[in-house]
Amino acid sequence: MDNVTFGITVTIVGMGGTLLTLWLLSIVMVILKKIFPIKEESKPPAG
Amino acid sequence: MLEAIINGLSGLLAGSQYLFTDGLPNLAMLFIGGVLLWLGVKKEIEPYLLVPIGFGCFLVNLPLSDVMDQHGVLRILYDMGIMNELFPLLIFVGIGAMTDFGPLLENPKIFMLGAAGQFGIFLTLCLALILGFPQLDAVCIGIIGACDGPTAIYVTSQYAPHLLGAVTVAAYSYMSLVPIIQPPIMKALTTKKERVVKMSVVKKSVSPATRLLFPIVVTAATGLIAPKGLPLMGMIMLGNLLRESGVVSRLTSASENEIANVVTLFLGLAIGGTMEGHAFLKAQTLAIFGLGFLAICLDTVTGVMFGKLMCFMTGGKVNPLIGAAGISAYPMAARVAQVQGQRYDKKNYLLMHAMGANTSGQIGSIMAAAVMLSVLKGMGII
Repeated sequence: MDNVTFGITVTIVGMGGTLLTLWLLSIVMVILKKIFPIKEESKPPAG
Repeated sequence: MLEAIINGLSGLLAGSQYLFTDGLPNLAMLFIGGVLLWLGVKKEIEPYLLVPIGFGCFLVNLPLSDVMDQHGVLRILYDMGIMNELFPLLIFVGIGAMTDFGPLLENPKIFMLGAAGQFGIFLTLCLALILGFPQLDAVCIGIIGACDGPTAIYVTSQYAPHLLGAVTVAAYSYMSLVPIIQPPIMKALTTKKERVVKMSVVKKSVSPATRLLFPIVVTAATGLIAPKGLPLMGMIMLGNLLRESGVVSRLTSASENEIANVVTLFLGLAIGGTMEGHAFLKAQTLAIFGLGFLAICLDTVTGVMFGKLMCFMTGGKVNPLIGAAGISAYPMAARVAQVQGQRYDKKNYLLMHAMGANTSGQIGSIMAAAVMLSVLKGMGII
């Protein structure tokens, strides 16, 4: 494979793959936060 | 008898004789080793790496040194942990144990800044190819743009071991120069209005369960997409799992202290050992340093530009300066974003957001390397 084809392929697939993977990870994290929400600390009873 | 004495004396003088005949490259490298030691000791630039690298460089370039011969001490260290990629992976366990991914989990959108900060890798790879470097050498030069020493060592030791010294020294040197390299680029690419954008306070919205599942989910997801990078991602996430589990404090402590310290010493010495004058002093070494510098500048440019895009898309809720923190130099790049933000508005606190971008840069750099290796494997090049 010549250098031009190699460089363009690795850049497009590599950078595209990196962007896509991190985008997927960000979505997975949002879903994880929804499934396991932080529990509010219980307020002490009034009075 | 006299002949034996003269022969004995000639043995003592052979080193000095060599130094001033065939050993001129070694003499130059002794000077460079001294400069690395000076930078580490006096200027405190990455001292944990530059001091052992500088001394390793010093040892291997002393005349007729056999430290990198078959049974030499540095060769043993090299074979033990660099040739088989063990040392960078062990360092990753320590990095994972030290890193708090909380700020990133608070605002997962920032993940994208960690991807944008890796553009420099690929653009530099293309430039190296244009300059005539072989394909795998160009990949290893591009990886300097990951701003991630262990990743650079991991990839280079596998695919271009002859460039290991130059790539490693360039990677660590430029990482330490982030506070000098980034600010002018950040200023040039942003308007005053953008630089004073205040970001909302980070709310605590991440449960312990999410924190615990984060390293497991990331390892599984990235391992499925780019299995060639699984050792890198797996080790950093193992370190983070130890930290977040909260039940193995001794292992966490050992990973971030004893193991990381011992491995850093061995790694630095062995890398210094690859800097033998005749092999290191070439025009291509200078080209690697130039391309490495360009890689980090390009990372900053694309990071800030992506930050500007996010600023535009969110209606001015993201300060583009944090885009520069989407590289792996942790926590230095985040501090640079904070300092630059406060230069224009003393009441602007960007640190937590920048920390999120910075930790996403750590994941992004590993992911970029992993994806690139998997692409190369798919193309049948490795």
